[in-house]
Amino acid sequence: MDQKTYFDEMWGEGDALRSPYAQFNSWFEGQDNSSLRAKQREAEEVFRLMGITFNVYGQQEAEERLIPFDIIPRIISGAEWRRLSKGIEQRVRAINAFLHDIYHRQEIIKAGRLPEHMISENEAFLPHMIGVSPPGGIYTHIVGIDLVRTGPDEFYVLEDNARTPSGVSYMLENRETMLQMFPELFAKNKVQPVETYPAHLRKSLAACAPPMCEGKPTVAVMTPGIYNSAYFEHAFLADEMGVELVEGTDLTVQDGRVAMRTIRGYKPIDVLYRRVDDEFLDPLNFNPDSALGVPGIMDVYRAGGITIANAPGTGIADDKAIYSYIPEIVEFYTGERPILQNVPTWRCSEADSLAYVLDNLEDLVVKEVHGSGGYGMLIGPTASKKEIAAFRKKLKAKPAGYIAQPTLSLSTVPIFSKAGLAPRHVDLRPFVLVSPDGVDITPGGLTRVALKKGSLVVNSSQGGGTKDTWVLEE
Amino acid sequence: MLGKTANGLYWMFRYLERAENTARLIDTGQRIALTRSGNTDEEWEPVLKSSGTAEMFFAKYDAVTKDRAIDWLLRDKANPSSVLSCHVAARQNGRLVRNAITVEVWEALNACYMRAQEMLARKRSERDLPAVLGALRQSTGLVRGATHGTMLRNEIYNFARLGTFLERADNTARIVDVKYYVLLPSVRAVGSFVDNVQWETILRSVSARGGFRLEYGSGAGPREIAQFLILDRRMPRSLAFCTFKICENLSYLGGESSDLPPSTVLASEIYKDHLTQDIEGIFDIGLHQFLETILAEYGRLGQQIEIDYRFYE
Repeated sequence: MDQKTYFDEMWGEGDALRSPYAQFNSWFEGQDNSSLRAKQREAEEVFRLMGITFNVYGQQEAEERLIPFDIIPRIISGAEWRRLSKGIEQRVRAINAFLHDIYHRQEIIKAGRLPEHMISENEAFLPHMIGVSPPGGIYTHIVGIDLVRTGPDEFYVLEDNARTPSGVSYMLENRETMLQMFPELFAKNKVQPVETYPAHLRKSLAACAPPMCEGKPTVAVMTPGIYNSAYFEHAFLADEMGVELVEGTDLTVQDGRVAMRTIRGYKPIDVLYRRVDDEFLDPLNFNPDSALGVPGIMDVYRAGGITIANAPGTGIADDKAIYSYIPEIVEFYTGERPILQNVPTWRCSEADSLAYVLDNLEDLVVKEVHGSGGYGMLIGPTASKKEIAAFRKKLKAKPAGYIAQPTLSLSTVPIFSKAGLAPRHVDLRPFVLVSPDGVDITPGGLTRVALKKGSLVVNSSQGGGTKDTWVLEE
Repeated sequence: MLGKTANGLYWMFRYLERAENTARLIDTGQRIALTRSGNTDEEWEPVLKSSGTAEMFFAKYDAVTKDRAIDWLLRDKANPSSVLSCHVAARQNGRLVRNAITVEVWEALNACYMRAQEMLARKRSERDLPAVLGALRQSTGLVRGATHGTMLRNEIYNFARLGTFLERADNTARIVDVKYYVLLPSVRAVGSFVDNVQWETILRSVSARGGFRLEYGSGAGPREIAQFLILDRRMPRSLAFCTFKICENLSYLGGESSDLPPSTVLASEIYKDHLTQDIEGIFDIGLHQFLETILAEYGRLGQQIEIDYRFYE
């Protein structure tokens, strides 16, 4: 793979070391390769013993796998980050305002800036939320904005994650691991801390206590259980925040509140950070087959008896079809031009776009509107003729289910491979906390790296790894 | 604390204790079979009965052989109380209550599980057994050490200990009961050399030989051994010791008020009714009869704890 084709965050477009990596590089050049390899292995051991695994549902039983961690940090300068932060904050505020509008007066539709069918025919639009005012006015308490970089100053938003964004535990554990293994690096590099995330999260959630809350808000994390692939993160966050980790079976509706079953009796919860999808949250109001939820929690929510974070119905902002309208949405609610760019997107539901996409499948990335995890998509440039032909059929059968984007030259960051430093494509997921007190963006976030040479797929479920992400003070 | 967390802690420690004691049971079975002449395969049937899994065993196999019995108790996944099954269950419960236990306890538990998976991946020969059982005992010992060394003495700790002691009391009673399933050929054999050897092996399997000899001397016989294992409050595996500890734990958990939970009351009744008599009283009732009764009481106590502390809905 030719380094000159892609922007490398350490070496730029050629061999010129970029300034955020100056200190790191002088440290790296003084290191012994075999001791670094030993450190890389040490990191894996720590992760395995701590059980920082995720479950993969394979042929028979669930396996526990590690998400590979690479010891070379991804380093962003303070100035670069400031520019990004402004854009992230603007976008998150707009998304929150959009959600409020769409579940109330729908001004954006009345103004003709968003087609009505995008909402009315959207499965992610939750009628139960019409007219509901979430405590503190916050719908998206936690947002993960997926960014990619194609040049020194060129960032694109790939995706907004406004439902139950995950990966923050890896961000925290990666930092902890680096601090333990290479403390000397942190003396030379002034890296902005991320360890405050759990405390900020707790504060953020508590600031959205519901009207029926009495005294100090009781916060809890709700998990689908130990068989869920992200269980480690749920337990980790509950532990770091010092709050209970509950499942549906621990909860019941009692006296207009949702209460958890403790050894001394039932105790009401004020704010529930749920990592259970909307569909499974309430078998009385949503999918009746769900064993993961609490019958009637939605009714308690609408009556002000509990805060649910993120609010039900935020999936409509997460949606890949709505994604293409986010620039409009930012302008409509903030009155400003969007600071962060969207990736150019063709909506296959539109005839002209569909025609273009069908003609250019070999050059495009085509994604399912309601997909996730990197599944069900086509990466034209690396797909075989057979795969393209098969995808063409799927696309023609249900065009409204797809959007297409050009392939982007994602930036690379070196990994510590057997052959020494080798560039690999990365993306970035900063985590944003939203509360009535403001928008708090954790410096950096999760960098996901495609470990296979030349691959653009960074998802953990398909062989991706992670890196520690540094935002320098200056 | 959630009822579910209390449940998970209690069962994590019950399964760990059960794993350890099943290993001891296998050891006992081996040694008793060695001291008997005649068909050694038959000697394993009482051992299976003591483990409470005989019925399930005979659903799978038509007859008992030494190899089948050992494999069943050691690593058969179809046996929920096999050493391997217990380690798997202990760890699953541990995952559920990760946030309640310290990092040291979790890591010791995880290491225990990985060791068990590794050592019991394949069938083990009788010759390997002492080494395998010894290694597993060591691993569970580490979890116990981490628990004692690092855990705050609060509700979390008390539920963990409750699980340990209830399981231990139950298992000790079953191990002693094995003695009475091994029917002696004639009444004259009571007090004979063979009988005594079998009692000695029971002591050995609860690691009690040294302590016993210190206290009772070398002339002591089955009556003293039974007394030691059932009534001696200093012996950490005796029924009296375990039940006393259970009463302490339930006292802590049940609180100070006059309105005591039924499990707290039941535990002290078990102690008063069964463990404040002397060994003569127990032999008058009949050892097997006594053990059967107290085992049923322990079962009732377990159920009451589940209710009092809201383990389930």
